[in-house]
Amino acid sequence: MLQTILKYSLLVLAALSFIYPFIWMLSASLSSESSLGELTLLPVDFTWNNYVTVFTKIPLDRAFLNSALVAVLTTGLVLLSGAMVGYALARLDFVGKNIIFYLIIFTMTLPFQITLIPNYITMVKLGWVDTYLALIVPFALNSLSVLLFRQAFQSLPQALIDAARIDGAGELRIIFQVLIPNIFPTVLTITILTFMGLWNEALWPLIVIRDESTMTMPQLVTLFSVGGRAEGQLGVKIAAAVMLAIPIVVLYLFFQKHFIRSMASSGLKD
Amino acid sequence: MKKWMPYLLVSPYLLHFSVFVAFPVVFSVVLTFHSWNIISPMKYVGLANYRHLIHDRLFWQAVWNTVRFLIVHIPLQILVALTLAELLNRTVRGASFFRAAFFLPVIVSGVVVTILWQQLLSYNSGILNRLLTTVGMARVAWLDDPAVAMYSIAVMATWKNVGLYIILFLVGLQSVPVQLYEAADLEGATNWQKFRYITLPMINPTIFTVVVLSTIGGFSLFVEPYIMTEGGPMNTTLSAVMYIYRQAFQYYHMGYSATLGFCFALIILFVVIIQRRYVEQEV
Repeated sequence: MLQTILKYSLLVLAALSFIYPFIWMLSASLSSESSLGELTLLPVDFTWNNYVTVFTKIPLDRAFLNSALVAVLTTGLVLLSGAMVGYALARLDFVGKNIIFYLIIFTMTLPFQITLIPNYITMVKLGWVDTYLALIVPFALNSLSVLLFRQAFQSLPQALIDAARIDGAGELRIIFQVLIPNIFPTVLTITILTFMGLWNEALWPLIVIRDESTMTMPQLVTLFSVGGRAEGQLGVKIAAAVMLAIPIVVLYLFFQKHFIRSMASSGLKD
Repeated sequence: MKKWMPYLLVSPYLLHFSVFVAFPVVFSVVLTFHSWNIISPMKYVGLANYRHLIHDRLFWQAVWNTVRFLIVHIPLQILVALTLAELLNRTVRGASFFRAAFFLPVIVSGVVVTILWQQLLSYNSGILNRLLTTVGMARVAWLDDPAVAMYSIAVMATWKNVGLYIILFLVGLQSVPVQLYEAADLEGATNWQKFRYITLPMINPTIFTVVVLSTIGGFSLFVEPYIMTEGGPMNTTLSAVMYIYRQAFQYYHMGYSATLGFCFALIILFVVIIQRRYVEQEV
């Protein structure tokens, strides 16, 4: 009995320490600046001022659209390229297949610190700085998604492919019309991992985008927070952070289990 | 099927690999032997970048900061994650709610978490200091004291990531065969003995994963110190990636910045290999 009480009090305490800061954040963003250090559930001196200030100082609406565009397009490309390459590695025989597999493993163990500066220079030389291309193309293919697709395609019965071939289907039709519907969980996992990664990424945009109208949300919020434009007001910084968090938190509320499963599978891959 | 079909299918990979992996790796090595500000032509400088690095106080400071980060981050991460996973692994009502709650910080951007914690830890108006003064203790300069700031960031990073590791440990704990515990019960083993001699060896691979991912995370810190402290006070929170960023985009030292990236990458690979050795010996 005592053990049960202890167990639940520990769990509840832990859960509160992970959830409450977010609730506090939301209510602080709707409170007046002077009441910021208070532990509250609901806003003190309710006001929209912080949000109004953020939108007058930085083009956050534009950044939201940029982030959404980049995340959606790139996720689509990752699925497309991952399925093609993963299928070839799982189901077709060709010279050099093993080499490609080892290259993928090599890529996954390579620390990004080594490629960061050369990749920036590539963007400069291609003239992609300050364009969406710099935000999309380098992320349009991803080794983990290739491996996840390969694994999923390997688990399907050969009969599925043979039947489609007899019907005269080409390889692309086999991949995207016959097989993909059978590995929906993998598609969902890759979609979640890619979308979330792109939505939250701040470092790469900070490097390749200088023009405010092309900036993504995490980048703009970061610059707003470190630059002088928040004028030392914490409330407006918090309001900007809340808006950056809302889309992904809403998605998380709908797809909780899938988020957790996806992240766990990416962690266990290493 | 046409013979060239497989190659057509893997062509996106080959293209991407050539441009964004193979070329940058080779070019990064080339850059380490040059001095370059992107605008004027590259100048060959031999080993000058490496010589400079060995004597660069800030490079060693960044390494030392990362070590200090990891010394707090890794044990804390394992302790908290393992404790909460152990609790969740027993029969618990609302287990999926708890799991979802612990996971919340994992999915939001580090930018959000850092701005949140910046407020919690603020010297004058931060909630933590308010609580301390309420119970009659002195305020702590969580982010302004050179001896404390990096550890504050380490605790914040633990709060952000621990949800993922709880799940990984939970998967590990659930893979331990129940028969082992039953056999131990028959022998009259204590809870601690069961944990030490059954659970711990069985979840060793998970501990290794956590240590490796945390190590890589430590060397990848960027937005956290950038937003929280901008590397200060007195460069005590300057991270590896922040220093690469500073050399490249504040001073336009592309050659030196590439040298930093190259050496940090070597350090990461070296540390991970050592950790793997150690784990293999333990098992």
